[in-house]
Formats: sequence, structure tokens, C-alpha cells
Amino acid sequence: MSAPLLSVRDLIVEFPTRRGTLRALDGLSFDIAPGEVLGMVGESGAGKSLTGAAIIGLLEPPGRIAGGEIRLRSERIDTLSPDAMRRIRGKRIGMVFQDPLTSLNPLYTVARQLTETIRTHAPVSEAEARKRAVALLDRVGIPAAARRIDDYPHHFSGGMRQRVVIALALCAEPELVIADEPTTALDVSVQAQIIDLIKEICAERGASVLLITHDMGVIAETADRVAVLYAGRLAEIGPVREVITNAAHPYTRGLMGSIPTLTQETDRLVQIPGAMPRLTAIPQGCAFNPRCREVMDRCRTDRPEALTTGEGRQVACWLHADDAQEAARG
Amino acid sequence: MFAFILRRLVQSAIVMLVVALVSFSLFRFVGDPVASMVGQETTLAEREALRESLGLNDPILVQFGRFVGRALQGDFGISYRLQQPVMELILSRLPATLELALVSGIVAFALGITLGVYTALNRRGWLSNFIMTASLIGVSLPTFLIGILLIWIFAVELQWLPSFGRGETVEVWGWKTGLLTPSGRASLVLPAITLGLYQMTLIMRLVRAEMLEVLRADYIKFARARGLTNRAVHFGHALKNTLVPVITITGLQLGSIIAFSIITETVFQWPGVGALFINSVQFVDVPVMAAYLMLIALVFVIINLTVDLLYYAVDPRLRVDRAAGH
Repeated sequence: MSAPLLSVRDLIVEFPTRRGTLRALDGLSFDIAPGEVLGMVGESGAGKSLTGAAIIGLLEPPGRIAGGEIRLRSERIDTLSPDAMRRIRGKRIGMVFQDPLTSLNPLYTVARQLTETIRTHAPVSEAEARKRAVALLDRVGIPAAARRIDDYPHHFSGGMRQRVVIALALCAEPELVIADEPTTALDVSVQAQIIDLIKEICAERGASVLLITHDMGVIAETADRVAVLYAGRLAEIGPVREVITNAAHPYTRGLMGSIPTLTQETDRLVQIPGAMPRLTAIPQGCAFNPRCREVMDRCRTDRPEALTTGEGRQVACWLHADDAQEAARG
Repeated sequence: MFAFILRRLVQSAIVMLVVALVSFSLFRFVGDPVASMVGQETTLAEREALRESLGLNDPILVQFGRFVGRALQGDFGISYRLQQPVMELILSRLPATLELALVSGIVAFALGITLGVYTALNRRGWLSNFIMTASLIGVSLPTFLIGILLIWIFAVELQWLPSFGRGETVEVWGWKTGLLTPSGRASLVLPAITLGLYQMTLIMRLVRAEMLEVLRADYIKFARARGLTNRAVHFGHALKNTLVPVITITGLQLGSIIAFSIITETVFQWPGVGALFINSVQFVDVPVMAAYLMLIALVFVIINLTVDLLYYAVDPRLRVDRAAGH
């Protein structure tokens, strides 16, 4: 693999509370290659959005990065000053949020919000910024962009607003786009269009994407690789096709089993017993061990490391300890 | 837009008509006007003649119509106490009240917003905590107590500022102003602080609460994620959204500053409309009371109308006519 665009190593995010410190992300490591789309899945509370927020430097206080490092093109960014980090936001890392209805400031026209962002990152005139803004809106598929640009956000439908949001996130040509559940709040009929748009426009500009979602279908269609998160830890990461057809971690298998298929008639979907542990009560050893069907004694005491079992493929599960040794030898 | 203004104007007219009815009934229910006009020796026949000549025997509706008609021309009759036309009395006192209200309103608004924004942005700073605690005093101390305290400290003990009156005034285009003379300005300081303190703390707490709310909004998070400077995020995006609800409250507060300057005017013997009203109440000077009521209602109606139009200017979502096409 070429030098990664983004490299996250042993990332720990903590929330100090009155009853002790909660560890929301615990030793998370992954890379994103230039131009790659990395999907990130997991249940609510697994730490997906938190990962995005930590990378872009917008963790809500009192949340803080307590360990590990984040590098963008081998430059460390988690220790930058607030102002230096601000310059990276929008310019080198763009972000698309979940709800397009609330992501835009209702009191300003789309033109004002776009030109403001463009001029924050590039020394261009108002007229030039406006020209770029129109071209960008046109590119994200807003019909009659030159006319619609002076409209206010409430004049646009949900899908159109998400296109505007994408235009805003991309207007300074970032190298990495973090899309945090970009389609969850949208109509099903519009979801596919928005996902296609993000993928297309990022491919065009060579930008990498971190696509955070709980929709495996979206991941399957869009991502190159997928990372599965469980209780703030990486369960499994690997090429999408391999993870879907040949999941290695029992949790991933459970996830895949819970997706209904059209070809097979099933009365009941497979279900993982229990629920994800709360951050205050993460079990010792593997966080998944109380729900795991294949639990071993070792899982209850030792936490599994992320074991490399193939090309770009890692699993944090003791079941694969032997495979990993083999892969290392071969 | 035009239809909207027209509708609001009609509503305002109805409100004024209802207030006129209340004012008018003051004459009926606060004793017999003839009894308060004539002396003890007046005969019944003379009283009856006076009653007839004043039109008090006409049907109520006719009398009310006449009252409204005259009020529209600015004629509220003659003060029982001072034997001068009521309108003249009020107009001569109005500049004092308006100057006091505007100065304290502007100070309360400017300081309230500044401090509100500051305490919202520096939520955990010691200065913010101090301001928030101090603001409790402004909210909970009654106006007359604040006035008396200020007089005691600044007029009696320190002798920096005058304790009563308006100082010297000069007349500019028929408007008696105290803003142009040093003694007039010095006299304005204490009453303006007294009148504006409560409003200022109220606006400050409102701005702070709204601002904290807005800062949690998604579009603020997205603005930060786009790398906008703190300055642009706080003052460009957050403050404007904060102001939408603040405008309403502030507008109504300005109305109550004018209406309830009565207490401050009494404490500082400020020669304004409020003091005139209090004296009129003591002497059951009904025409002045009725006119004061109408005046205050008019002030509130005008302010409400202005606030609605400001809303319209600030919040594009209210300009629905353009969106209809999409």
C-alpha cells in the first residue's frame, strides 16, 4: 500500500465525568490511502461519529484525545494549535453532516455561505468566489445554479440541501472528506443519488472519503474497505468484498447475518443476543465476549490485539491467532 | 409584504379602539365628572345645564364616537387640576420621558447584548460567573430601591451627580432637550441607570441563553467544520440567529421602559409624563389619565409593529412569497 493519506494510531478519546473517566474510543488504529473510500460501521455509540470528530478536531468538550496520534500525510494534526487546526478544517479535511435541514444557517443565502467559506481558504475576490460557487453548485447537480444560488436554505428540498452541504464541504478542495451518516436523514429515493454524488465527486478530485454509516448496503456499494467498530474498538477491517462474504470476527458475522436478503426466504433475521455494553461497564478482555457464540476462556481475560490476517485485513479476535501467525510466516 | 403591513395596521387600529373604550369608561366610572368640576354651591339646575352642554346626556355610543373623534385630532379635553389642554401638558412633558427612556433603552440593549455574548462565549471564566451573579441583583432588586441606593452613593456620599430634576434644558425645534447641556447630561445618568438596569440584565440573560442554544446548533458545527474563523462563526453566524427572539423581547421592553418610567420619574422627580400621571391619579384628573393610557397603548402598538417588520427583515423564512414558486 502507498503512503497513507490519513493514519490513525492507537487513538484514545476520553470523557471525564463525575463518576470517573469514560473511554469512548480505545486504541483505534486504521489508515486511509489516497483516493480510497473507507466505510466505518457499527452500532449507535460504537464511536463512529466520535472518530470523525476527533480527526477533524471538533470533539465536544469535555471530550478529549487522551492518547495515540492522527497524521495527515505524515504530519501530526492532533497536537496542532486551535488556529492551525482551523486552517486544516475545510481546506484539507471536509466534513458532511447527517442532517442537511439543520446544517445550513437559515438566515444567510447559499451564495453568502459558499463565498464566505471559499474566501476563508483562498485569496480570491468576491466575484471570483461567486463564480466558483456557481460552478460548484452546478457540479453537485443543482439545476439553474446561477439563479438558485441567491436562495435561502429553506427554498431547497432535503436532497438539494444535502447537495449544497456537499458543495460547501468540498469548496476548498479537501484531500479527505468525512461523511458522517450523510443519508440517514434523507428520503430513501434520494439516498442513492447523494451517495453516488459523494463518491463520484471525490473520485474526480482524488479525495479520500471516510464514510460513517450504519447502513451495510451503502458500504457494500460505495466503500473500498470497511472498518467495523464495537464499543470504541476496532473489531475488523478489510476490503469490503472480503469482509462481507467472509467475515472473520463473530460480531461482523452477526452484523452480516442481520441483513435481510432478497434471494433467501427467511422468517426471522439473525440476531446478536444482548446489547453493546455501556462505556461504564466494558467487560474485561474482548469487549464482545459476553455476546459471542464462540467465546473462549482467553477472551474473558486478555484483550485481543488487531491481528493481520491478510493484505490490508486485520481482525481483533483470538479465533484468528493461528491464521495471523501463518500470514506472518507466509 | 404589503398585505402583511395592511393586516397589521388594521389589527393595531382595533387594539387602539378597545383601549379608547377603556379610557372613555374611566370618565364614567371614576365618579361623576360634573361633580368634580363644579363647586358646592352650584344648583341642581346649573349642574343639569352643564351636563347638557357637555353632551353627557347623549347616548353612550354618541359620546364614545365624539371621544374617539376628538382623540384623533389630539384633543383630550382640559385637565381638571391644571386647567390646561391635556395634549399640551403631555407634549410638554414627553421629551423628558422619551429622552430618559431612549438613553436607558440604548444602554440596556448595547450592554445587555455585549455582556450576554461575552458570558455565553466564556461560559466558565470567572468574569462570566461574576457578571451572572451580579445580574441577579439587577433582576431581583426593585427599581425604587436601586434608585434610592444610587442617590445615596453618588449624590449624597460622593456628591458626583445631582439627585433630582432634569438640569438645564435647551429648546431645539420645539423639543426641550437636556442632552445638550452638561447639567442635563449629568442629571440623566442616575435615572437612566435605574430605569435600564433591570432591562439590561434581562436582555443579557436572554442573549446568553439564546446564544448557548444557537452555539449547539448543527449549522454552527458545520460552520466550524468548514474552517471558518471563530470570529465569523460567533459574530457572523451565531449572533444573528440569537437576535431573532431577542428583538421581540427588547421591543416590548422598550415599551415598558416608557410606560413604567413612572417609578423612576417619581424617585428622581424627573419632570416627565410618568410623574404627571402619578400626580393626576392623586387628584383624580381623569382626562390626563385617559390620555396617558391612550399614549402608552399607542407606544406599544407602534413598537409591536416595528418589531414585526424587523423580524421580517432579519429572518428570510418569513418572506414566504418567494418560496411559493419552488
